Amino acid sequence: MTEYVLWLYIFVLAAFVGYQVISGVPPLLHTPLMSATNAISGISLVGSLVTAGADYNFTSTLLGIVAVSCATINVVGGFLITDRMLKMFKKSAEPRS
Amino acid sequence: MTTSFIEIAYFASSLLFILGLCGLRSPQSARRGIRLAEGGMLIAVGATLWHPDFVRYDWIVVATVVGGAIGIAMALFIPMTKMPERIALSHAFGGLAAALVGVSEYSRHAGALENVKMAAVGFEVMLGALTFSGSLLAFGKLQGMISELPITHRFQNPANIFIFAATLAAIIYLIANPAQQAIFYGVLGSSFLLGFLVVLPIGGADMPVVISLLNSYAGLAAAATGLALSNSVLIVCGALDGASGFFLSIVMSRAMNRSFASILFGAFGGERKNGNPAARAVRKSLTGATIGDALVLLDNARSVIVVPGYGMAAAHAQHAVREFADLLEQRGVSVKYAIHPVAGRMPGHMNVLLAEANVAYDRLYDIDAINDEFAHADVALVVGANDVINPAAKNDPNSPIYGMPILNAEAARAVLVLKRGMNPGFAKIENELFVRPNTLMLFGDAKETLTELARKLREQR
Repeated sequence: MTEYVLWLYIFVLAAFVGYQVISGVPPLLHTPLMSATNAISGISLVGSLVTAGADYNFTSTLLGIVAVSCATINVVGGFLITDRMLKMFKKSAEPRS
Repeated sequence: MTTSFIEIAYFASSLLFILGLCGLRSPQSARRGIRLAEGGMLIAVGATLWHPDFVRYDWIVVATVVGGAIGIAMALFIPMTKMPERIALSHAFGGLAAALVGVSEYSRHAGALENVKMAAVGFEVMLGALTFSGSLLAFGKLQGMISELPITHRFQNPANIFIFAATLAAIIYLIANPAQQAIFYGVLGSSFLLGFLVVLPIGGADMPVVISLLNSYAGLAAAATGLALSNSVLIVCGALDGASGFFLSIVMSRAMNRSFASILFGAFGGERKNGNPAARAVRKSLTGATIGDALVLLDNARSVIVVPGYGMAAAHAQHAVREFADLLEQRGVSVKYAIHPVAGRMPGHMNVLLAEANVAYDRLYDIDAINDEFAHADVALVVGANDVINPAAKNDPNSPIYGMPILNAEAARAVLVLKRGMNPGFAKIENELFVRPNTLMLFGDAKETLTELARKLREQR
């Protein structure tokens, strides 16, 4: 039971830290923020990898493989497209009035 | 030994993710932040491959290659105007992955799960399935495969609340009786259904809120997965994703002056025919201005504020806007851009499109930063925006958007509106700004109109 209370601590503290950090992101970057957090939550790859690779049984492996594909799309695609967007944000070449 | 090695690696990658998000607080540090987060991901995935439960890698290689190829293709070839669709799809993938891992966890233990685990798996499957079907429907609506108009029926809210309550009750029952497989798959099915039903009544103008909410559900589903698998880094990332979705939902609903509840249960835009009857009467007799009229107006302008809206995305007009703005600047006109938080179909949609068209980000202004400047502007150039400049939000207590903060375009000396046609736009709310004497309406495709205006401006020189 105490183990689960610890997990709960981690969740709540991470959510607070996340909220504090993210509320400082300017509206300018809200789309990249969303695609970045999307890529980060593709970390569920970590869970699906174990499901797919542990050879528990046929169903688990099959579900795990589909889950790995989905999560990989999010991780790879999410980071790439976030970077593609961020590359486009440029400052004025010279200060204009 | 390996387990503690994996735990330390997960700890490091959690830190890197948080530091990466810190980078997103400014455009200068944002790319560095993304590098850190990518590093975190590499560490976490690399460490997981040492997991003692691993026995075979062949299928994993296939799955990552397939997923990676699809991910790369989507990232490279999707145009920026389709960002909301891409984000909706990726929420769907995230939800599906969570739901599948949950089903696998349940089925491999054949229901023999202790209480907390069962609760985690139950919520994981519910949130994952709901996010998956809801995001797919949002994607369909954004793509225009399904009508963007809210689809409502009389018993919608009671029906949705009933299904939601029944699903929760079933999960609670499962915690006590985890071996009831039929109930478990019932939860899976009803959650799928719930996702569809919740998004069905939501109209296109409310998409920014829905996408943010689905973002937060996807995060919570990942966090529940983490709890089900006792995986710390998953819990942290799920919490981060959930927090970002929650934060964006709050920003979006504040920008529309609407509560969460009214968006989830309200079907924005269903019954919006009221509006200003006078405006509707005048509209009948209103004819559009000509390019010539617009040129006269712009000839005398010293300062222009561009107000982009979803219409700019729909017409792919961002490059035309930028070229036109360049010409104006060469004539010594000052050009600024006013961005409403809910302009477009997702948070930050307009900023990304204008950045793509090479507009420097220091020229894009938030609503609070620019609203006082409209009074000193000669022309407010409205490109495919409607609700976000509708004065009814300030003057007409009967309007469905009453109380929503709007861009003060009406304060400009003249307003030039580029609009597809005279129909009142997506939200079906009349906009009296369009019939004011100092407003010029230019009907037609925004991109063509701007290109034509730019051509005429060049000829004049």
